Amino acid sequence: MKIDFIVNGKKVELDTNPTRRLLDVLREDLGLLGIKEGCGEGECGACAVLLDDKLVHSCLVPLANARGKEILTIEGLKNTEAYRIIQDAFLDAGSVQCGFCTPGFVMSTYALLKNNPDPKEEDIKKAISGNLCRCTGYQMIIDAIKLAAKRGEKLWKA
Amino acid sequence: MEGLIPESLNEALDALSKERFIPVAGGTDLMVRYKRWKNLTPALPYPPLFISQLKELKGIYRENGEIIIKSATELSEIEKSPLVPSILRKAVSQMASPGIRNMGTIGGNIQNASPAGDTLPPLYVLDARVVLLSKNERRCLYIYEFIKGPGKTERLDNEIIYEVRFKIPTHTHEFYRKVGTRKANALSKLSVAALAQLNEEVLEDFRISFGAVAPTPIRRMEIEERIRGKALSKLDDHLIDEIAHAYEKHINPITDQRSDKTYRKKVTLRLLKAFLYQIRSR
Repeated sequence: MKIDFIVNGKKVELDTNPTRRLLDVLREDLGLLGIKEGCGEGECGACAVLLDDKLVHSCLVPLANARGKEILTIEGLKNTEAYRIIQDAFLDAGSVQCGFCTPGFVMSTYALLKNNPDPKEEDIKKAISGNLCRCTGYQMIIDAIKLAAKRGEKLWKA
Repeated sequence: MEGLIPESLNEALDALSKERFIPVAGGTDLMVRYKRWKNLTPALPYPPLFISQLKELKGIYRENGEIIIKSATELSEIEKSPLVPSILRKAVSQMASPGIRNMGTIGGNIQNASPAGDTLPPLYVLDARVVLLSKNERRCLYIYEFIKGPGKTERLDNEIIYEVRFKIPTHTHEFYRKVGTRKANALSKLSVAALAQLNEEVLEDFRISFGAVAPTPIRRMEIEERIRGKALSKLDDHLIDEIAHAYEKHINPITDQRSDKTYRKKVTLRLLKAFLYQIRSR
């Protein structure tokens, strides 16, 4: 079946099975390897992307549900000012250890700050409640998100 | 056949009238239940009929004192809609995680008919009705008629869940508790949803439903009837114990990986009592 969608601003049309996981299509067909497969059942958030501006776990999305929609992956976010702010905050707060979960956390952070420029600690915890990290114990990630909110104040509120 | 992405509800119903499909909305349950190794498509038992893009199945409306939630409305939309009663919003906001709530739908949670389905106890106490559509028919069933058992509902193969509707509740007391291993991404060990209306010291209405402690959520009209219309002064420890005792034989949880039956039963009954105490203290 022909299915078209937009990935990181580029139009894509594929002739493929509509039940395939968006995760597999992004990684295997389009080579976007920043998206990770952790659990494959929606628990860990390592495969998080934005679908029409909403955070989703791409391992749970049948490709059919992405038809005609816009997908933003960590690769698409990479060249933006928002990404630079989040990346620096994650590095400065020591939120990256093995790094496997990091792209998912960055996507969740972006989804949060875009809609809530001045999050309370509870909002931050809720926003990353669908992401698992087995290294940091989360506190450094929470610190990073606070830092990113503060440093990018003008950007998030714009 | 790889499945169908219909352009309209009519096209979807037409397809269902001719052939067997498995309707797929957000996919958050089905993609996991039928998943195989990576790079393989999930092994759905029938070709998928994708319905989450159908505009006819989206939205939350208020109409003649009723709230209508179309079946493919995402949980995150329900969570933030001011039209939705807080008992349902509370339950939805504690489901899974933000990314899953952005995809999972109310119709999907109902059709999944899990004993631990978190929208079900609130829908039971709201006396919600499920509207089903097929090519030539429209059926309307109470949620407690619709849910038959774990994974089993009254939906026929040629039907789609169209919407859920319920009267806007008028209540003075509300109670919702989900007990899970952690706050996010935890399936319920048990859950309790309840509404009560107190008017001039009289308990005019009382409704309570328990999730994950039997094959389907529990709601017992005959026990509620015994409490309805009672003066608050009659709601003493003796009556509260009697009510808990009446519910006890209907609460038959199982022991599984999430919890065990003794814990589930004990906590459920304590939460029931907690709500009754809460009503008693106004």
